[in-house]
Amino acid sequence: MGSNPVTWLGTPPFPKAAHAALGDSQLRANLRKATGTIRAKRAEAVAELSDWERLRRAGEAIKDDVLSRLDTYLERLERAVTERGGVVHWARDAAEANDTVLRLTREAGADEVVKVKSMATQEIGLNEALAAGGVHAIETDLAELIVQLGHDRPSHILVPAIHRNRAEIRDIFRRQMPSAPPWLSDKPVALTEAARRHLRRKFLSAKVAISGANFAVADTGSIVVVESEGNGRMCLTLPRTLITVMGLEKIVPTWRDLEVFLQLLPRSSTAERMNPYTSVWTGVTPGDGPQRFHLVLLDNGRTNALADPVGRQALRCIRCSACLNVCPVYERTGGQAYGSVYPGPIGAILAPQLVGDMHDAQAASLPYASSLCGACYEVCPVRINIPEVLVHLRAQATAAKGSRGPEALGMAAAGWVFADPKRYEAAQRAGSLARFLARDGWITRLPFPGSRWTASRDVPAPPAESFRMWWRRTRG
Amino acid sequence: MADARSEVLRRVRAALADRPAAPEVPRDYDRTRDLGELPALLAERIEHYRAAVHRVAADGLAEAIAARLAGRGARVVVAPTDLPEPWRVPRVTWRLDEPPLPVADLDACDGVVTGCAVAIAETGTIVLDAGEAQGRRALTLVPDYHLCVVREDQIAGTVPEALARLDPVRPLTFVSGPSATSDIELDRVEGVHGPRALEVLVVG
Ligand code: SF4
Repeated sequence: MGSNPVTWLGTPPFPKAAHAALGDSQLRANLRKATGTIRAKRAEAVAELSDWERLRRAGEAIKDDVLSRLDTYLERLERAVTERGGVVHWARDAAEANDTVLRLTREAGADEVVKVKSMATQEIGLNEALAAGGVHAIETDLAELIVQLGHDRPSHILVPAIHRNRAEIRDIFRRQMPSAPPWLSDKPVALTEAARRHLRRKFLSAKVAISGANFAVADTGSIVVVESEGNGRMCLTLPRTLITVMGLEKIVPTWRDLEVFLQLLPRSSTAERMNPYTSVWTGVTPGDGPQRFHLVLLDNGRTNALADPVGRQALRCIRCSACLNVCPVYERTGGQAYGSVYPGPIGAILAPQLVGDMHDAQAASLPYASSLCGACYEVCPVRINIPEVLVHLRAQATAAKGSRGPEALGMAAAGWVFADPKRYEAAQRAGSLARFLARDGWITRLPFPGSRWTASRDVPAPPAESFRMWWRRTRG
Repeated sequence: MADARSEVLRRVRAALADRPAAPEVPRDYDRTRDLGELPALLAERIEHYRAAVHRVAADGLAEAIAARLAGRGARVVVAPTDLPEPWRVPRVTWRLDEPPLPVADLDACDGVVTGCAVAIAETGTIVLDAGEAQGRRALTLVPDYHLCVVREDQIAGTVPEALARLDPVRPLTFVSGPSATSDIELDRVEGVHGPRALEVLVVG
């Protein structure tokens, strides 16, 4: 190992990192407040649509269709983007994608780029690669900015600074932002205003922007970015050159398919009927927006996941983060314990597949970062059966462990308590969600179809000990 | 060594060696819904995002535009070149985007007035497509105040109905309320980088 940037170098495997995180009560308090708030709101936003389950099934099928003919759709997308004046680049791995972006940035004559939050560029460690090449990347999402200025790591797909409270953020801004006054208050409004002023000059003068993509329409070559703050629009509109780095699996076949995802994503993600801004562009539009557009199609382990008939469903993921917010393990440990840009339940199945090597102790530990309760599957807008993939990957990790050292073996084997597939099946039969409702009382109401369990009388007795107590006892 | 393109495509094909069947996509979700009176719903849903909405009669539009701009204290206002003549009300300095205004000029203006392509009642969304009375994307992005006029016939009920009316090859911007962030302790703050104030006039 050592060359995969999907997982962070030097991060201890999940059980060890989780242990450290559990001791941090500030982190846990922030996470509890945050995930609890999002959970309740999401349930409301979803309950409003009577066809939610049908939308989920459509979303699942559209993505499965894409994966089953990915080569055809990729070529179609490439043709459409090229016809509309864009340039398509292909990257086998992180290094190749980073080299491409660095070269394109230099060709555009820039030594500074503005960036809109993107999982794919974090996955490949683009900022570090650009810095090594003498290009400074400015993160423009408020949370990313907080993380960047705090020399920190993101802890949540959607709200990467969820582990920082307002006082900590004010201190970071005061230290790191030349335009921030020393009397800056810790009110979110004041902090947001400071960030606006800090970034505005950058937006208005940047020559090159770098973005990710939420969706790409194969038929038309249209790229979609979904966001809240307007920093995305700034990046996608004002600079002369736009470079978009996109995982291979982000495709939808037709424009019409977006009618499904533009309903599923905002409601699952930020629990809104619609997010504040969604931008759609196709190649280059003369006189409007960037006049140079580059699309970098990134593999970096995705074809490895695609090759696994059980595991490939992870590539349906639209990065909404709903599965994180319902995960009891995530709530208690935070995202950083996963040691990967993809935390939570989706990270536990995606990161090991992208790494593609179960001899990597950290990758092999991730499928154990779960109690197999099934809450993630219930909320996932594209119906990824995360528990099924977890069990499948655990089997792979077990098969690989024969050739690993004793330390790694111990970590994977001790793993997490509900590692036993029999227990998993029993939980599925009995209604695993009911266990949750009973435990700690932290889920008060679940959306359909989970809501049916709340009425169930056939609830297994809740475990008497809390997660933390259990952790102390078993891992001490 | 093969080039990246052929190698990635080769990997994709190899990964699909088991020939997974492409599923039929079930399209039994709702295309349309009974949403009642669409202008009223649109107004309610936009207001929910804490943007100001006003319903006006067609013959009162110019007056409403003048009142909104005066209320904001907006004196220098950007207009797309084809903004309808009657919308360019007096006592305002109009900056037409012709020749294209430099970004710094857009930044110095008090606001912008535009129409829209489509609105989505159910989600409280306005969609701009750089078409009639809208101008290029920067016009509705850089000024700090956006006053947007929606005609009744531009309002679609649901997301599927709205997308069917749009041409994805045009640059599209979906706007649902002012920009917002919840990045600090999940406290919602309106107004980050886009226009911090959005006002909508629903005509009809
Ligand atoms: S796995 Fe599903 S719930 Fe989790 S982030 Fe991806 S799409 Fe959302």
